[in-house]
Amino acid sequence: MKKLIFIVCLLVATVIYSQKNVQPIKVYELEGITVSSYDFEGLETFFKQKDDTIYIINFWATWCAPCIKELPYFEGIGKKYKEKNVKIILVSLDFPKKVETSLLPFIKRKKLVSDVIHLNDPDANSWIEKVNKGWSGAIPATIIYKNDDAAFYEQSFTYEELEKELLKMLNK
Amino acid sequence: MKALKIVLSVLVFGLVSAFTFNRVVTSGYEVGDKATDFKLKNIDDKMVSLSDYKDVKGYIVIFTCNHCPFAIAYEDRIIALDKKYKKLGYPVIAINPNNPEVQEKDSFELMKVRAKEKGFTFPYLFDEGQKIYPQYGATKTPHVYVLKKTKEGNIVKYIGAIDDNHTDETAVKVKYVENAVDALLKNKEVSVKMTKAIGCSIKA
Repeated sequence: MKKLIFIVCLLVATVIYSQKNVQPIKVYELEGITVSSYDFEGLETFFKQKDDTIYIINFWATWCAPCIKELPYFEGIGKKYKEKNVKIILVSLDFPKKVETSLLPFIKRKKLVSDVIHLNDPDANSWIEKVNKGWSGAIPATIIYKNDDAAFYEQSFTYEELEKELLKMLNK
Repeated sequence: MKALKIVLSVLVFGLVSAFTFNRVVTSGYEVGDKATDFKLKNIDDKMVSLSDYKDVKGYIVIFTCNHCPFAIAYEDRIIALDKKYKKLGYPVIAINPNNPEVQEKDSFELMKVRAKEKGFTFPYLFDEGQKIYPQYGATKTPHVYVLKKTKEGNIVKYIGAIDDNHTDETAVKVKYVENAVDALLKNKEVSVKMTKAIGCSIKA
């Protein structure tokens, strides 16, 4: 009986813990477009979702030319593989003071359909290696993961390259 | 037969050098390595080498550029580093590693413009042909290498970020580069030898 109570408690605790709501530190809004801003602790939960979905997480910024160039490929892959349980998350590293003046208008202008979230955590040395040990900190950078299986890329993608890497994960 | 041997040797040599080259490009320096000197064109059109500096104790080599918002956010702090440490024997040497054919805002002419606008007190060199940054292993701007001048050459003592807050100078808690140079000036071991920061990928 004691054992059972213990197990039930453990289960309840696990459920509560896994549903721990991560609150954004700020939510920006402009003409119907909203972007939530997180510190790294909040962002990290997006890297740990174990729901059999393949997540493609891309670090970018509106001023980063190679990032903007590859953005349509992420959008395209997101649309094409929507039914295959693939989800794109674009993590903007725009400076906080530029979110309202650059990021939100950019999302509107380019009609982005992928999820965009904003990371506001200036002490990058404390979290870069938590994203991936091999990351130097240069952007663009991309993670493709499903449950506990992850691949990291510090590079720019073409559409074909991105699709090839996604298919590796999809066909596992 | 002899011809075949020659062809084979050339092939093997080619392969080996290709791999060696790759290794250099991807790895770069670690703390403790000896850093290469260079001869690069400064914004005053004169060539600059580390060895030109006779009476220094070391160098703060910073790969930076005109266009990158992270680099721009650090410009004033780079000037401050030079002002503080040049007289103590650790001048700042800034190098733009980007290829202007890929990022036109990083052209040599625009380097001159930016340096004048900001009043750079240090040399701002152009890595023409993008040959020096891969040897150092720089991947982004800004990317700092603190070197100590010794009889054996210029030894890498710190690699990484300038401090722990790129967006807000007033919120900085740890000044990595200053701490490293301060330790070297006291002949002490640098405590934090390597840090990482977000930056713009180098445009080669």
